[in-house]
Amino acid sequence: MPLTQEQLKDAYRQMQVIRKFEETIRNLYQQGKIRGSFHPCVGQEATAVGGCWALRKDDYMTCTYRGHGQAIAKGLSVRAAMAEMLGKATGCSKGKGGSMHFTDPSVGLLGANAIVAAGIPHAAGAALAAQLQKKDHVALAYFGEGAVNQGVFLETLNLAVIWKLPLILVCENNLYSEMTPSHETTSVVETHKRASAFGFESIQIDGNDVELMYNTVEQAAAKARSGGGPIYIEAMTYRLWGHMMGDPEIYRTKEEVSKARENEPIVRCGHRLLELGCTEVDLTRLDGEAEAIIADALEFAEASPAPEPADAFTDVFV
Amino acid sequence: MPNMTYAQALNEALREEMRVDPRVFLMGEDIGHHGGIFRVTKDLIDEFGTDRVRDTPISESSFVGLGIGAAMAGMKPVVELLFMDFALVAADQIVNQAAKLRYMSGGTVSIPIVVRAQQGGGRGNGAQHSQSFESWLAQVPGLIIVAPSTPADAKGLLKSSIRAGNPVVFIEHKLLYNTKGDVPEGDYAIPIGKAEVKRDGRDITIVSYSRTLLFALEAAETLAQKGIEAEVIDLRTIEPLDMDTILESVKGTGRLLVVHESHSNCGLGAEIMARAYEQAPDTLIMPPRRLGAKHVPIPVAESLENAVLPQPVDIVEAVEAMF
Repeated sequence: MPLTQEQLKDAYRQMQVIRKFEETIRNLYQQGKIRGSFHPCVGQEATAVGGCWALRKDDYMTCTYRGHGQAIAKGLSVRAAMAEMLGKATGCSKGKGGSMHFTDPSVGLLGANAIVAAGIPHAAGAALAAQLQKKDHVALAYFGEGAVNQGVFLETLNLAVIWKLPLILVCENNLYSEMTPSHETTSVVETHKRASAFGFESIQIDGNDVELMYNTVEQAAAKARSGGGPIYIEAMTYRLWGHMMGDPEIYRTKEEVSKARENEPIVRCGHRLLELGCTEVDLTRLDGEAEAIIADALEFAEASPAPEPADAFTDVFV
Repeated sequence: MPNMTYAQALNEALREEMRVDPRVFLMGEDIGHHGGIFRVTKDLIDEFGTDRVRDTPISESSFVGLGIGAAMAGMKPVVELLFMDFALVAADQIVNQAAKLRYMSGGTVSIPIVVRAQQGGGRGNGAQHSQSFESWLAQVPGLIIVAPSTPADAKGLLKSSIRAGNPVVFIEHKLLYNTKGDVPEGDYAIPIGKAEVKRDGRDITIVSYSRTLLFALEAAETLAQKGIEAEVIDLRTIEPLDMDTILESVKGTGRLLVVHESHSNCGLGAEIMARAYEQAPDTLIMPPRRLGAKHVPIPVAESLENAVLPQPVDIVEAVEAMF
């Protein structure tokens, strides 16, 4: 069922939370408060929110190091996410995982992964578990088009079809594999065609349209849930910021990025809400609510304690 | 007590665990109707069906990865690699994923997966089908590593590994599958992390595991005829390492020799010697020694392979040189 106007407003707010989360992390990073790498998902909020909101809380999801938005959309606490970024004991991984490993199995989030394509078989395995347990969970794996040349991606395509797994693969095609245009390194850059060749039902959609993303994943989930097998969705999107902090972005022009901003998901969702009868005041209120959620999370994270050194030696084994 | 082969003992452990725990299922190449190339999964498909005994394509990264995902979602997969050498094909999933996901999640997920594989040389399988990886794997925090040498230990340790709740690399040896021994019936589990003294002796402690443990026992008989009584310790579990049992033995013998089939260079033998020096230097009456594969790939011709891998006679010579 398509999103109602109220749900679309919620989705808009959720996308703003994700955008502001990333903006806040950038600020913190520039202040030297974030350790390690940060791979922002700015511009890709619709794939996260549309996709995750079409799933149930107990459905499984894996994502990548560019997965802050997806993790939050799946239900990860924004406070726990922010605290993890700041390396605090109250973080979702108690400071042991950081930016690239957000995990919360209580909301079906089996983990973001720092190895390209490595989380895809984990989602397939969770789908296999659901099949063996005769439960109606589905599993969704997010990955970028940079993952489609990894062996384990192609291997998992094969297994998912052979075993008819309740699996949804969502390729966020943002045109760039790290710092290289994907068409320069990929034989069939329309990745859904690769999936088709393996026997997947596959589709390419506008991934910056949160309603379309939601509807597509909802239908895919219904099919997978009823034993219809795996589905591949190539969601075309655009990474408005670089691959990571410090990326000089020599591989694209400022004009290209400016043009992409006209098509970015939050602006588009705002226009859509205005068309549906919302006012600018409504949107400003939603923006303010998103800002309040982030401010609360930041306050929580900054006030949280660092992990004790002794905690480095726990959580290796059950 | 029934007498059976090492392969049959593993088969019995799998069958019993699958009967009592519906979460346990198997994946691997040719493990279904074929029963595995070493017959470890023989006939299991008849009792448990194709859902729980799953033949996979030849794509180790993905099916180990699926095992990890299934484990996170409440199953207990036992994944078979045809040869341990192929663990390198799935190395990302074993080393970067299975070993680390629980830690990186702050303990919120667990990965109860067993990855079984046979390794080692002795039958001319060549350099890509004869390697022994336990020394590498022991460098990875987050993996439990088990390597039984007898049919009874194979059964007892496989049952414990399936129940461990953690990622276990279960190391078998291709030349142990047809060895026979008495195996306790029913629910026989051996605790992980406990070495066993397989032979008592007062003069020297020989530490080994897997197939070279049998070589050590053979060498000990030869040495006994020469008046040297060797105590032979079977590690059984490589990680976590049972140093207590080793040091207790060395306290009595004063001499230590570690024997394994993996390469000597930066190997487990070096680690055990270093720990013995660190933890109980005063008990050693002379420097400890190690014996492992020499630093070349494993060759095929028997004369070459025997020159590279430790043999019983090499153990005898190494021990004699310590007296």
